[in-house]
Amino acid sequence: MKKALKEFLIKNKSFVVLVIFCIIVSIVNERFFTVSNILNILRQTSINSVIAVGMTFVILTGGIDLSVGSILAISGAVVAAMVSQGNNAFIAVIAALAIGAALGAFNGLIISKGKIQPFIATLGVMTLVRGYTLVFTDGKPISAGSSEAASAFSNIGAGYFLGIPLPIYIMIIVFGLAYYILKHTRTGRYVYSLGCNEEATIYSGINTDRIKILVYTISGLLAALAGIIITARLSSAQPQAGTGYELDAIAAVVLGGTSLAGGSGGIFGTVIGALIIGVLNNSLNLMDVSSYYQLLLKGLVILVAVLLDRKQKK
Amino acid sequence: MSDSIIKMKGVTKEFPGVKALKSVDLNIYKGKIMALLGENGAGKSTLMKILTGVYEKTTGEIILNGKPVQIKNTREAQNMGIAIIHQELNLISNLSIGENIFLGREPVNSFGKIEWSKLYKAAKLIMDRLGITEKPETLVGELSIGKQQMVEIAKALSLNAQVIVMDEPTGALTDKETDSLFRVIRELKAEGRSIVYISHRLKEIFQICDDVTILRDGQFIAEYPINDVNEDKIIELMVGRKLSEQYPRINCQLGENLLEVKNLTNAYVKDISFSIRSGEIVGLAGLMGSGRTELARTIYGVYGKDKGEIIVQGKAVDIKSPGQAIRNGISYVSEDRKGNGVVLGLNIKENISLSVLQKLSGIFGIIDKKKEENAALDSIQGMSIKTSGVKQLVKNLSGGNQQKVSLSKSLMTGPKILILDEPTRGVDVGAKKEIYDIINQFKQAGMSIIMISSEIPEILGMSDRIMVMHEGRISGCIEREQADQERIMRLAVGQREVTI
Repeated sequence: MKKALKEFLIKNKSFVVLVIFCIIVSIVNERFFTVSNILNILRQTSINSVIAVGMTFVILTGGIDLSVGSILAISGAVVAAMVSQGNNAFIAVIAALAIGAALGAFNGLIISKGKIQPFIATLGVMTLVRGYTLVFTDGKPISAGSSEAASAFSNIGAGYFLGIPLPIYIMIIVFGLAYYILKHTRTGRYVYSLGCNEEATIYSGINTDRIKILVYTISGLLAALAGIIITARLSSAQPQAGTGYELDAIAAVVLGGTSLAGGSGGIFGTVIGALIIGVLNNSLNLMDVSSYYQLLLKGLVILVAVLLDRKQKK
Repeated sequence: MSDSIIKMKGVTKEFPGVKALKSVDLNIYKGKIMALLGENGAGKSTLMKILTGVYEKTTGEIILNGKPVQIKNTREAQNMGIAIIHQELNLISNLSIGENIFLGREPVNSFGKIEWSKLYKAAKLIMDRLGITEKPETLVGELSIGKQQMVEIAKALSLNAQVIVMDEPTGALTDKETDSLFRVIRELKAEGRSIVYISHRLKEIFQICDDVTILRDGQFIAEYPINDVNEDKIIELMVGRKLSEQYPRINCQLGENLLEVKNLTNAYVKDISFSIRSGEIVGLAGLMGSGRTELARTIYGVYGKDKGEIIVQGKAVDIKSPGQAIRNGISYVSEDRKGNGVVLGLNIKENISLSVLQKLSGIFGIIDKKKEENAALDSIQGMSIKTSGVKQLVKNLSGGNQQKVSLSKSLMTGPKILILDEPTRGVDVGAKKEIYDIINQFKQAGMSIIMISSEIPEILGMSDRIMVMHEGRISGCIEREQADQERIMRLAVGQREVTI
């Protein structure tokens, strides 16, 4: 038992970092370790977490997805527009998810069939989709309105169940599903295999193009889900929503110990990575650190954490 | 024999969970060539990595010119005059010969500009000594493998290395290139430099080495002057038992035609037609670049075909990917184990099951872990894979055991037609025999086996029928009884002969 615990801690250094970090912050600021603040952190983390889960799939195959922020924005705009026009909230959500998945699949197609580097392909799609979002919204926020559908819709982002915000449930479900898929299904195994050695995976008779398309589709779908949560919470969609979110998601994945080269890492690390970023943001806010310094500190924490991890792996 | 330049004494190296070396001794004598022999996984590479500063030893000592030294990194090793030429060459192909030789040590003027004329002049001097006739400005990528090897040696000389370790230097060389390598090695020896020579080709050892050190299972077994031993003795020491029959060929009842290939043509192969029966081993011989591997990969669906038919058990099949080949009962074990044979970063179990996860999983693609583990355990037992368990990463296995994992992965798909591409390349003598036995089991089970090999004795020893390729075509087909080394070679170099 003791040995198992020790092994767990060595393997999950980021978890140790998170715990130590939380202890320090709660000593420095008594407002940190309260139920309402913890729920607050989790709710705020949910957006980045959901995106980071999709990003984990992509990065495990050795790819990268820069388009998630833009996909978040367009799906938010679509869902807000549909709800404001009086559509059923459920149908609007499905439509927005479908758009995210389709855009993700488009990424996957360019990368696998078009044989374009993921960085370039998703950079192109990121710009394209951001441009389209601006055209679609005319650069202005779209309010979901105040209809019955709109208030039902806003529950997704602002509602509670048993005193806990709904986005937290969504985040937990997404984490759970993703963990299970990566750990226990064929698809998960193929994702790791593809990330380790694409050629050997092809030679083993596996259609790697299909896996690539799938992971980008998952990433697009989850980015759209994040867009729906944000839009529901604010009851309006911002044309510039999600700008830079791809970087937070990548940071969460890498902080969690997943290798950018692909093939190693996993969802548990990403959970921790996203929480580290969430706790960092929250604690700096609690301590009234100016947002300029917040960015600076965030950058430093990411660099130090990754360097520490790298050193230990050697 | 007191004039040793390097003495490694009681060197032990432990990796997490494994003792790779157990108190190994190695003496390198001044102006002598020491052969370092052992099966794959015997610890040769680990020992050399310690000598050249890639790994740090756990215990033991290294004595250089009578003084104990600590070699902490590769640069320190270089400064002590120890250089290594790896099996996989470490050259940068889009830099010139001169740039490669002096990489990281370019002569610069006081502004930091590289003094090209000085660099190329110095490079030329060393190259002349080695008989490299190319211009020093030539890009390394344009050179043959043999020439690239010479560039590596030039690099070692430019460091003024007194001890040069050569790991399988002739693996990719032609006979002519091997001869000129040996000439250079003898000259280096005459200059008083010492060489550690690692090779699986025992003939070469007797041609060039003065002494031989043998390792087995990470342990020091023996050191002999080369004249005191013969090939059989060395093999016996390497594998720790007497080798009986090297090629255990068996005769099988031949069955129906399992595979028929008609007029197969693409960018790599031209107009290939042949057939193979159940229980038959067809040896596919030919020189490097003759299109053997390409033929195999075309049948396996890696490369597309322009023309021709592939017929499995009387039915024409359309194969456009390895997945389709597997579903049609064709499997391929690659010659490039690390490149596309196994996934080094996954464990044994995950590798063995990779091609058949479909069969090992239920709804939603959920993998039945118990079934998967049992399948892996069966393979480990059936192939006698030496491992600490199903969860050991394949990158931590020796070459022979990796090959067995690769074979297991193929076998899991239940193939009727098995294409083995250099099945014993880079595999040590003992494991070779085991692999031959495994191949024979497949044969007895009624599979059709196409075995590609560059080792003609292996082809002769295992095959029922031998096909020889030359420049993308089949240049001849010989029944085993009529086959000999010379006939195969003649066909391989494209000489026509009277058909049988």
